[in-house]
Amino acid sequence: MPSMHTGTADPGLSEGPLGGALSRFASMPVVWRILSLAIFFTVWEIAGRSNFNWAFPSFSKTLMAFFEMLGDGSLGAAYLRTIEPLGIGLVIALGVGISAGVMMGLRRDVEWLGLPIFITMQAAPMAALIPLVTYVYGIGLTSKVLAVVMLAMPVITINSYKAVRNVPASAVDMCKSFMGTRRQQVFKIILPAASPMMFAGIRLGVAEGFSGVVLAELLITPTGIGDLITFNRSIAQYPHMYAVITSIVVFAVVAVTLLHRLEMTLFRPEKRGT
Amino acid sequence: MTLYGYRIPSMAALLVWAVIWEIIGRFELVMLFPPFTKVLAALGDVISTPSFAAAARITMFSYLAGLAIAVVFGIALGMLMGLVKPADRLLNMWVNIFLSAPLSALVPVIMILLGMGTPTVIATVFMFAVWIIALDTRAGVQHVSPSLMEMSQSFGASRFKRLNMILLAALPEILAGVRLGVIRGVKGVVIGQLLVSIIGVGALFNLYSQNFLMAHFWALILILFAFALSLAALVGRLETRVEYYAGSRG
Amino acid sequence: MTMAKPLVAETAVRAEDSDAVITVRGLHKVYGNSTVALDNIDLSFMRGHLTSLLGPSGCGKTTLLKIIAGLLKPTSGEVLVNGKPVRGPGPERAFVFQDFALMPWATVLRNAAFGLEVRGAPKAEREDRARHYINEVGLAGFEDKYPHELSGGMRQRVGLARALAVDADVLLMDEPFSAVDEQTRRKFQEDLIRLREVENKTFILVTHSIEEAVYLSDRIVLLSPRPGRVADIMEPDIDRNVDPDLIRREPAYLDLIDDIWRGLRHYVE
Repeated sequence: MPSMHTGTADPGLSEGPLGGALSRFASMPVVWRILSLAIFFTVWEIAGRSNFNWAFPSFSKTLMAFFEMLGDGSLGAAYLRTIEPLGIGLVIALGVGISAGVMMGLRRDVEWLGLPIFITMQAAPMAALIPLVTYVYGIGLTSKVLAVVMLAMPVITINSYKAVRNVPASAVDMCKSFMGTRRQQVFKIILPAASPMMFAGIRLGVAEGFSGVVLAELLITPTGIGDLITFNRSIAQYPHMYAVITSIVVFAVVAVTLLHRLEMTLFRPEKRGT
Repeated sequence: MTLYGYRIPSMAALLVWAVIWEIIGRFELVMLFPPFTKVLAALGDVISTPSFAAAARITMFSYLAGLAIAVVFGIALGMLMGLVKPADRLLNMWVNIFLSAPLSALVPVIMILLGMGTPTVIATVFMFAVWIIALDTRAGVQHVSPSLMEMSQSFGASRFKRLNMILLAALPEILAGVRLGVIRGVKGVVIGQLLVSIIGVGALFNLYSQNFLMAHFWALILILFAFALSLAALVGRLETRVEYYAGSRG
Repeated sequence: MTMAKPLVAETAVRAEDSDAVITVRGLHKVYGNSTVALDNIDLSFMRGHLTSLLGPSGCGKTTLLKIIAGLLKPTSGEVLVNGKPVRGPGPERAFVFQDFALMPWATVLRNAAFGLEVRGAPKAEREDRARHYINEVGLAGFEDKYPHELSGGMRQRVGLARALAVDADVLLMDEPFSAVDEQTRRKFQEDLIRLREVENKTFILVTHSIEEAVYLSDRIVLLSPRPGRVADIMEPDIDRNVDPDLIRREPAYLDLIDDIWRGLRHYVE
């Protein structure tokens, strides 16, 4: 049966061409990550040097621009300004989002009234509201905070709601059967059982919040990171512009990854459910 | 929810919100909201203008083009990652990075590379939609039951046939990814045009805010929201159809 | 079913006069508008007895148990516990769940003490009681483990300890061994027989296993599906004071299993 032999030779179904010791080395995630980064930066460097586009700097130039801005303090100052609306917005989004989500999960009437709004908010392009908010509240901090809240809150709320609704019915029945009050059901069973999924929603909300603050700083009025991007673009200092953009992407990804780590240590997978 | 024994459809709550909106607007409680009836009246105004027709055309075109590329590329990338281990190890990190990165920060880069026009918007839609499609396709391919693959091997199915089987078996996950991609794509098409700001709805938003046309502004937002929701509902319906056989997959 | 027929009449008479802990009267349960889960159930459960509710899936046995527990409301009819109608869960009943319903974030000790925690018992007292019953179900030394560190059988022992710790008169067990592998289940059943000698409690056990019902029960209530009705009641005449392995070889045990299977066979299609 020749077809069976071609089957085992398929790289997807067998382990690939690497042999014994080498494959064990290659199965280490760190090695692959470094390799992956190296390939990405090399491709970037080559693409930048090939001059295919006058506005595409090489990786080395971008890196140099990054250290230059880090050295003269302009990057640090920009981050400090950006953190302000991001932080305030996230605190509001977390407070309102989690309480709204939990209430919708616990009460049918709140669910009926609130859920369609949040489903709409999650599916709809909330960014379209940013110009409107700017138009009404001006170009100050309020608009930027609102931009962060609008983008971050829906996913936090929907996840909190789903987390509460996904608590196993038998766990709540168990508390009821021992004559637990509604309060005990909520605080001793429902909220602890819902917290892993709620936390995952918070992580997604933080990622959206980063998107919101960058968008706000690009659209409303250039401050912080948005200002550095816009300014460097206007004077055609492309390595600097790329460095800023890369740094905010890295910053957001690192923040989200750290939250993910925290999630994994707080709610170890085996403790998530029986 | 049921009230006095009658079942109230869940989206009826939106009517309640419309009434609250109207009240807030009438009494000017929150500056952000003009009366809902005024917004509805402006709806006709907005739709009948030729600039709206142009904006709708640009939006539809760049959305569909960007999404089509994202679907084709995303599924191909996901299949590659699901089937070829080294490719997965090299690319998985990047797909995950782009999934949680603030993609709007990348739009200025696209803008200087592709110019202030439709290509930039198409690229933005693509960027927003492609990663989740790739990741869900990968998950779907990896979850194809090994016994199904062993079965097809033992019956001597050709390589092409088996690839086809994998695609079909992973279809529920792929469609779930496409649905999320459709929703993210709408966000992309709006954000792209807002940042480019001289074409499509971005230009309309500018026009309305310069002329203090609050109701028109809201009308346009309502149209965009309705567009996003009906697209999501459409793919959702398609998805339940596929889940019908996915359920029997066990 | 020749052997079981007279028993129906006999128990019906006995239900009138002897002391029943739980009496079920004219119970109906309708889901939605038309699905009849339980249709006119009249039963009484004797103090100190172990009664099994046995039947194929869809016969409403779990529904009946949850109504007795006060977790579900009947459409009509009533349940009396010690002569008082049931309005909800009460201290004289404790429930053992099919999926164990343990809190994954809490230790064995806290899980076992949970019923007392909810009732506001002081920490030291409830942990003492919990420790006692953890010991009794054979889990001594596992107090500080988490549920994910235990096997399925051990998890259900925690569920049992939790139910015992609140010192209820009646233990309501909803297919307690169905999520447990066969060997563990046998050991668990033997332990349950021994436990009954120590703890003077009334057990109501929902099961779909004929062997399990015959092995454990003083009385078996056979339910038929769609709509759920009492099809038959039988009282296995088996001496359980002997070696547990001998029970499984007794002719009375084997004959009754055969009888019940013949009665249930036509529902399983």
